[in-house]
Amino acid sequence: MVEKLLEVKDLKTYFHTFKGIVKAVDGVSFKLNKGEILGIVGESGGGKSVTGFSILKLIDDPGKIENGEILFNGENLVNKSEKEMKKIRGSKISMIFQDPMTSLNPLYTIQQQIGEVLKIHTNMNAEQRKQRCINLLDDVGIPQPEARLKSYPHQFSGGMRQRAIIAAALAAEPELIIADEPTTALDVTIQAQILRLMKKLVKEKNTSLLLITHDLAVVAEMVDRAIVLYCGQVMETGKIDDLIHQPIHPYTYGLLNSIPRLNDQKKRLSQIEGMVPNMFELPKGCNYAPRCDYCQERCLKEEPKIREIYEGHRVSCHYPLSREGSHE
Amino acid sequence: MFKYITKRLYQMILVLFVVSIIVFFVMSFTGDPVLMMVTPDATQAQIDRARTELGLDKPLITQYFIFVKNILRGDFGKSYVFKQSAIKLIIERMPATLELVFVSVLLSIIVAIPLGVFAGAFPNKRSSKTIMLGSLLGISLPNFWVGMMLIFVFAVHFRVMPSSGRGEVVNFLGMRISIFTADGFKHIILPAVMLSIQSLAILLRLTRAGMMEVMKQDYIKFARSKGVLQNSLLFQHALKNALIPVITVFGIQIGKIIAFATVTETIFSWPGMGKLLIDSINRSDRPVMVAYLMIVAFIFVLLNFIVDIVYTSIDPRIDLR
Repeated sequence: MVEKLLEVKDLKTYFHTFKGIVKAVDGVSFKLNKGEILGIVGESGGGKSVTGFSILKLIDDPGKIENGEILFNGENLVNKSEKEMKKIRGSKISMIFQDPMTSLNPLYTIQQQIGEVLKIHTNMNAEQRKQRCINLLDDVGIPQPEARLKSYPHQFSGGMRQRAIIAAALAAEPELIIADEPTTALDVTIQAQILRLMKKLVKEKNTSLLLITHDLAVVAEMVDRAIVLYCGQVMETGKIDDLIHQPIHPYTYGLLNSIPRLNDQKKRLSQIEGMVPNMFELPKGCNYAPRCDYCQERCLKEEPKIREIYEGHRVSCHYPLSREGSHE
Repeated sequence: MFKYITKRLYQMILVLFVVSIIVFFVMSFTGDPVLMMVTPDATQAQIDRARTELGLDKPLITQYFIFVKNILRGDFGKSYVFKQSAIKLIIERMPATLELVFVSVLLSIIVAIPLGVFAGAFPNKRSSKTIMLGSLLGISLPNFWVGMMLIFVFAVHFRVMPSSGRGEVVNFLGMRISIFTADGFKHIILPAVMLSIQSLAILLRLTRAGMMEVMKQDYIKFARSKGVLQNSLLFQHALKNALIPVITVFGIQIGKIIAFATVTETIFSWPGMGKLLIDSINRSDRPVMVAYLMIVAFIFVLLNFIVDIVYTSIDPRIDLR
């Protein structure tokens, strides 16, 4: 029996700047089950991070959640007050950030920064908190955890810092972890270790994970399902195997095609032509149309609605690709 | 740590030595004190006798070595005017100045840090903008003018505050202190406000600038994602990081407060060592001036040393070696 943990419905997060409104997240909907790993993929500026921060309601001025529901265990987070959100942050939903070098406060020890979560969200006494910190550091694979408690972040390497951050995120045993590009700032060997660690810990504790990344290789290895975002809108969503092997949206297809392959004889790496459009002047019709190889007249006029192609696979395109990547 | 402290002590002595040279020789250009001391109708013989008595007939270099030798024994010479040990005169008046400086410094910290944190964390609020405008006034308005205005408004017009003197004093640890009596406390408010305004404004702006920078950092967002409460977010996670430049400037500011105390003490007739200095300058009382300058230089050097030690207790990345 799969239990639904998080459901985002028609989420719109806009930034009201001097130059105009930026629709960073524009009508995103998705579901996340308990114990499931969901990937959010897309190019820079696609609204991935803003989606993540919206769930925790950590959107700063001039940003604002304009519309939509974020149902977490059936409760709508959008209506929660800041005070109520503080109780949820760290205890029910926690977050892992992109850059481990800057995410830890340089003036506090590792123990203080992990223990803080326990101090706020649990009734543990100082000794229990210390023991829990040791266990957490052990879980995330930091050797001699007890000796490391009093270390400061600058005494840790990047990979170790990210492990410490994961330990802090796991501290209060949250039901959902949002990981925003957790391995982007790390080198490749460490990336693999951290990802494996995260997957293991999440599956062990039946925690749900929302993995935000631009790296399709990461997604392919880690997630159960994924959603592809472009200009704040969902282009395609489905099981990861279907997405990777039979992409239906031309954008997904383009992204997959841009990955270099070792056994490929092609001279030039294929790429998606053009650039992400200016967020102040989004094109009429489909946002992807100006870059799309299969663009037709209708795409430039009419915005496509997301629809289900087959069970669990939804796409927002007037002319979706057929199974073999060719046009319908 | 120990090695560092001995190294710093050595540097401090060197600095004070250089200061003693500058102070002594500059002072010797400020006019002939003998002429100020004898009666206007004194004969040349009387003048010469006074000069020999004071040891001012010897070559400058010799005078300097006598001066240094005496300093090392804690003897800064006798005031020409009071005929008393200069250092004793200053130390007698030091509690009054230190008390005033202490209250001013405390006032600066208590007001500047919370306001700076607030204005830095919520820069777009109208109250923050008002705070910043106020701090701009605090920096721009001339200090002595503010003092006079305070006297004009609170002492002359509304007659709620005394305009001069220390009021009632009590003995505390062998020093005469006025803040512990109601009357004395009333007397210290206006001068302390005047003395603190400038450094308060500077500290406030620095704290705000630091906070604005720090609030954008990832670790603040990470702390928020952990559910850290507002107060601990602002005053622990953020403020601690914003504090390093504030402390640097603050060390200098305390020195400036001590220096500016001379002006405040003169305006409010506060019987501290600053007022003694101004009186001594008017009377060309050289030993008192020299002793004052040496003591202030010593306080400056000591403050900077303390600031460096404070750094390490705040930022673990700063290594004292």
